[in-house]
Formats: sequence, structure tokens, C-alpha cells
Amino acid sequence: MTPLLEIGALNVSFPGIDAVRDFDLSIHAKETLALVGESGCGKSVTALSLMRLLPPQARVEGSISFEGRNLLALPLSEMRALRGGAISMIFQEPMTSLNPVLSIGRQLSEALQCHEGLSARAAKKRAIELLDLVKIPEPARRIDDFAHNLSGGQRQRVMIAMAVACRPRLLIADEPTTALDVTIQAQILELLDRLRHEFSMSLLLITHDLGLVGQWADRVAVMYAGRKVEEAPTRRLFEHPAHPYSRGLLDTSLHLDRELHYRSARLPEIRRETGEDGEVTFTLTEASPQRIPSPPASVTPILSLRDVRTHYPTPRGKLAAVDGVSLDIRRGQTIGLVGESGCGKSTLSKTILRLLEPSDGSILLDGQDITHLAENQLRPLRRKAQMIFQDPFGSLNPRHSIETILDSVLSVHGLQGRSERHARIAEAIDHVGLTRQSLARYPHEFSGGQRQRIGIARALILKPSLVICDEPVSALDVSIQAQILNLLVELKRDFGLSYLFISHDLSVVRYIADEVFVMRDGKFVEHGDHRRIWESPQHDYTRALIEAVPTRKAPELAAA
Amino acid sequence: MTSSSSPLSDEMNAPYARFGQFTPQIRAFLRNPAGVAGVSLLLLMLLMALTASFFYPGDPLDMAGQPLLRPGQDAHFPLGTDSLGRDVVAGLVHGSRVSLLIGFSAVCVSLLIGTLIGTIAGYFGGRLDDLLVHLTELFQTLPNFLFVIVLVTIGQPSVTLISLSIGVASWPTIARLVRAEFRSLRESDFVMAARSLGYSNARIIFHEILPNALPPIIVTTSVMVATAILNESALSFLGLGDPNRVSWGSMIGDGREMLRTAWYLTAFPGAMIVIAVLSLNLVGDALNDALNPRLRSAS
Repeated sequence: MTPLLEIGALNVSFPGIDAVRDFDLSIHAKETLALVGESGCGKSVTALSLMRLLPPQARVEGSISFEGRNLLALPLSEMRALRGGAISMIFQEPMTSLNPVLSIGRQLSEALQCHEGLSARAAKKRAIELLDLVKIPEPARRIDDFAHNLSGGQRQRVMIAMAVACRPRLLIADEPTTALDVTIQAQILELLDRLRHEFSMSLLLITHDLGLVGQWADRVAVMYAGRKVEEAPTRRLFEHPAHPYSRGLLDTSLHLDRELHYRSARLPEIRRETGEDGEVTFTLTEASPQRIPSPPASVTPILSLRDVRTHYPTPRGKLAAVDGVSLDIRRGQTIGLVGESGCGKSTLSKTILRLLEPSDGSILLDGQDITHLAENQLRPLRRKAQMIFQDPFGSLNPRHSIETILDSVLSVHGLQGRSERHARIAEAIDHVGLTRQSLARYPHEFSGGQRQRIGIARALILKPSLVICDEPVSALDVSIQAQILNLLVELKRDFGLSYLFISHDLSVVRYIADEVFVMRDGKFVEHGDHRRIWESPQHDYTRALIEAVPTRKAPELAAA
Repeated sequence: MTSSSSPLSDEMNAPYARFGQFTPQIRAFLRNPAGVAGVSLLLLMLLMALTASFFYPGDPLDMAGQPLLRPGQDAHFPLGTDSLGRDVVAGLVHGSRVSLLIGFSAVCVSLLIGTLIGTIAGYFGGRLDDLLVHLTELFQTLPNFLFVIVLVTIGQPSVTLISLSIGVASWPTIARLVRAEFRSLRESDFVMAARSLGYSNARIIFHEILPNALPPIIVTTSVMVATAILNESALSFLGLGDPNRVSWGSMIGDGREMLRTAWYLTAFPGAMIVIAVLSLNLVGDALNDALNPRLRSAS
């Protein structure tokens, strides 16, 4: 049987960068193929080259044949007829891929009228059917809604409805669930899988998350630095990965069914080195035992929150983003805070650092009430509590060199001597595993993981006792997550730090936290010891969160 | 999209070759022929203004030769003389001083007021922001040129007063721009980080936010200089300029009555204004492309 899509010797280059090199892949009818790789590995570029949607400066060579036709040689008018017709695509960001000024019904029927030549009335009828198909409640009423009336998950459903509107033979899903909450991710993937059967189409699932793939894909292709390093049926890849990089991805990714905890084990890491001939070699370190003793229960808390509330003014009155939470963090303890986006966890972290004003309750930092301190009284206390931010690209000022970034922290906190500051900066940069040469460089010259190390150095240079980590690894690639988590654990051991670790990723929290708080709608719904909460969750919401995490095992039916 | 980052930019690789902060921008600017042309013309004009007293000493308003010589008629006066026997070339050269001086100093005034108000409104927000926005809108609803005329006629017209008036009338543009930049940058993570580190407001404003807000301000400024030069010319044309200084606008105003017999008296200063404004606009466009990484193609 000839494959539906066959890519041969594909090369895509941008000025100065080879994005995809010598890439081949085939997708058969009715199968799901997962293309897995880290950000920048060229997987999105491959998808866009299938649709011929790359920017004009891209040079594409090779062949892409779809149902026997070479897409790269097709005239633009025929290509346009294919896009959204026989091949369609859904994107990562459901917030921006819908047009905000057109109703969702209009956008859906537009595709139908354009590709299938339906009349306006027939298109609307079909649009309602499609919304029903993707499980939008009350489709006949929702059809006149605009994008802002829908939640993130619903928007992605509408995107999917648009993508399958013309019964494509191939659906390309580029990170379809990355921007969504865990509980919704599973539903979206299930929907995609159901539609694939219903419309007998093929699915190209592009993702950085290997955990996602096990359940849904028939075959997996792993990509690294523009090349395909391995391609295998899902089950074989999970059981016997052939390439060291794929093995590394499997080993370093955290998952809930794995019993690793930072007090007893160090995470495996994947390290890569580029040889002189440009060849990249991978070395994999195994999970190794380590012992970090728990702090005694009698230690005084470094942070106490009592009934803290934070309100946001909205046109409809005040909205309680944090609604009466209390917690204690003891010295040397790591508290994990989990919850879905919008639950108030970031608001809480900003309130603790007084970046937002609490409207009620009290915040005690190291025994001192800081709830109503003025900024100049607060400044000397700020060195006790620091923060590591989620976005390693946005949290460093692009106009300053790393040395300036670190140096101004010290000078603001009254360290006058130049040589002393120099020594502190050098020490900080050593601790986070960067070279001294990095100091003269600017943030844009570093990779995501390196930037996060700089962010950590900035937070630690004042020698704080408490560090608030707001999703510190969610913007990083899987293999780098492990390195950063190991670094955080080392620093905790060396400096006796306490962490408030905020994440939506339960598997990360499972590894790093001693005690876990589950947050929903501004309130804590459950909290408990790290073992207890995973083994016997009490609250329905906690259970739903845990169940929604994709299991990593390949399904038994994958071969069918 | 992930295509912009290098596929090899991973954890253990040394980062790419190092360049200074501004070289890509300057290189992009120099690749743009329009921008290079604009800068060259501006530099020429600046040179002309600076060397005016050296090549054409004395007051350009003094009678220098026979009145109404046509261009080329007398080798001493290559572009002719006006009805009072004043040298047109000397007028143009000295006029560039007034035009450029007023153009740049007026924009300095509006930058000062606009940045100050925009920064305070955008950074601090709240009631102060509401108040300053209303103030900005109040100034913006006044017809710009009429407002300048009113201000100039209150006092004795002089270069200082004209600069001030044009500056005072044009700051709302800058203020709105700066406010918008500050509002969005204020929420960025690196500003949050700075606040969590206990940086003072002044430090955050000048050290963290302002350098990032600079590109759009620079672009707008170049275009505003052009507008200020036009405004000054219009004032002088109406006879509201400094009577003791020659400017391109006053030359056009003086020559206007003889448009049919001595066209060159209006055409040459007119051409100078066109060239000055055009070159500033070219520079503005090129800066916009060069400072915007999305428009800056990598080739």
C-alpha cells in the first residue's frame, strides 16, 4: 500500500540556519504518527513545509508527495485548495488562532463555503453539526458566540471542528494541548482520536511531550537538531529505544507512576556534547541515590500565611483571585503548590512577595509581619525571599548583560565594594553551572535552560532563605527540566533553602515537594504529605488532576 | 514558532558568536539604501548649517548686490538675489541653521514633557494616570498649528519661544506612545523580578523599562523633527517668525508676491524644506525597520 504522505530527503534552511536536514517520513492512511522533539528541533518547520506555509526566506528542497502529487511543485492555486481541504492543521495557541471579531459560526461556515461550495444556510447547518461533533454544549446557541466567550479548551475544540470541517485525509496537530490544562488535555486528545476513526483520516501529532504519545500514537518519530534520529512503532520505542537520545528522553521525563523523590534520588540527566566534527554525542546519567535529611518538625516557619486574600478589580466588581489561604513553610522544607491555570497560584506567589497588595489576612516572613510594610521598610527583608520565574525569555532584561543584571542586584542591596561584588557574582555564576565568560553576554545569546540558570543565579545572589519557584521548568524542554531540577535540589542542600514550588505539572511536584497543596478557584482544596496525596487523594478535584495525567505506558492495543 | 532559534542551541553548546548589542540594528540600517540616503542628506545639511558663517560671513539679511538677479546671471550669486539684493544662497545656508535648530530643540522640549508625563502615567497608573491622560487629550484636541500661533503671538517671536511653542503643542504624541510602552513593559516578568529584588521606582524606570521603550520613541522623534521644521516654516511664512533671523519659511513668505516673475525666490527654499523633511522621513522609516526585529530580515 502506498503511503498517504511521503516525505523524502527534505531539507529546509533559513538564512544562517539549517532547520531540517535530510528528513524522510511516511504516513499511511488512518494511522497516527507522532513527531517528537524539543523546541527548535525542526518539527514545526516540517509541518509548515507540508502546508507550504513557511516564510518566503526559507529554502525547501526534497520531495513531499501527498496521494501521489508532489506538494512542493504544485501551483499555488491547487495548494490552496488542498489546505484546509485534504490536509488541515491545528495550532498550539487556541487563544490567538481564532479571529476575535467574527463569530465562530461565521469562521466555520467560511471554510465550508469556500472548499465545499455549500450555500450559506447549508454551511450553517453543517457548522452546528460540527460543533456538536466536537462536544460543544448547545451548539445551535453557541454558534453566534465569539472567541472571547469560550474557554481555552472550547476554543481548541472549535479549531478542531474547523480543521475537520472538510473531511481532511490528513490532520496535522502541532502541539494541540500544550497551552491547555491537564484535565482538558486528555479530553482533546480523546476527541482527536475519535474523529480520526470517524473520518478515517491520518493524524500527524507533533509534540515535545513523550508522555502524551504512548496512549495515542501508532508510530513515533523522534527528531533532534533537524534530523530524524529514530522511528519505530510506539510500543517498541517505549520498550527498546534504539537511539541514546530517545532513551534519554524516556528516562529523563518525569511521570507520576515513577517513585522518585528528591530526598532519596537524583534525576537522570541527558548530556550532549558536540564533537569537533560537529557530531553530537549523548551521554545519559542514571538516577542515583542521594540523601537529603528532612528538617525536624519543630523548626520555626520561614513563611506563614494566615487567611490571605487578594482581589482584582473587574468591571463586575472585585474578583477574589486568592480567597483565604493559610500555610506554613518550615525552614528547609519544599512545599508544592498545584492547580490549573487561573486557580490563583501565581497571584498568591506575587502576593507573598508583595508585588500585589493583599486585601486581607497576614503574611509573616521569618516571624516578621510584612503585610503592610512600606516598600523602603520591605527592602532589607526582600533578600530573605526571592523568586524564580517561569518564562526564562521574559524575566531577564534583554538590554543588560548578565554581569549588569547580577551586579545591580548587589548594588541595590548596598554592597559597595567592587571587588566584593565581583567575587559574589563569580560565585553565583559558578553555583548555577555557567562559565565566567557568560557574564559579558546578553540574554538573547543563551538557550532557555541557560537563561533559567541565570534567573536562578539572580534569585540566589542575595542568599535568600525562601525561594518561590513559579513554574520554573514548564517552559523548558524535558531533558533540560531534569538538569534544572537537580540544580535546585543541589542548591537547596548546599544553602538550606526552602522552596515554594508552583507547578501545573504533577509529576514535577511529585519529585520535588515534601508537602503538597492543591489549589482551585483561589482556595486550597486539599493538602498533605507528598506520599499520602498521590496514594490516597481525598478530594475529587485532586483525583481528577491525577487521573488526567497521561500514563507513559504504551497501550496494549497500539499494534491493532 | 520554534523556527527562529538555532536547532543546536541546547544546554551544553556554547552560544553563538558574540556581537555587540547594537551591531545587528546598525547593519540592518546600513543595508537600507533609503536610510543611508536620508542620513547623508541630513549630515550634509548639518555641515551646511555649521559652516554657514565661515563660507557666508556677515548677516544674510544685508544687501549684497543688485536686486533680483536671476540664477546664473552673476557668478557671485549662483542662485540669484531677491528684491532687496540679498544673496539667496546665503539665505538658504543660514536658514538651515534656524530650521534645524528649531526642529531639534522643539522636539527636545516635546520629548522632555512627553516622556515625563507618559512615564508617570504609564508606570504608576491609577488616578494619576487618569488625570494625565485627560490632560494629554485636552492638549491633543487643540488644533496644533493654531495653538502654536497663539503661543508665539503672546510674546516676542524668537527662536527660543518658537521652539518652546512647537514643543508644547506636540508633546501629546510622545506622551501617548511612552505611556503605552510603559504600561505593557510594567507587567513584564523582568520588571516583576526587579520589583521582587527591591529596586527603587527610579531605577526600574530608567534602568529597566526605558532602554526597552526606546526604539519606538526614536522612530517617532525623527518624524516629529520633520513636522517641527514644517511648522516653523509655516510660522515664518505667515510673518510670525523671528524677524532678525532668516529662515526658509520667511524666504518663501518674502518671495511669494513675486512668484510669477521671480519663481526661484520661493522654489529654492521650498526645495530645501522638501529635502529636509524627506530625509528625516527616510531615516524614520529605516529606523523603524532596523529596530524592529521582525522587519529586519536576516540576510
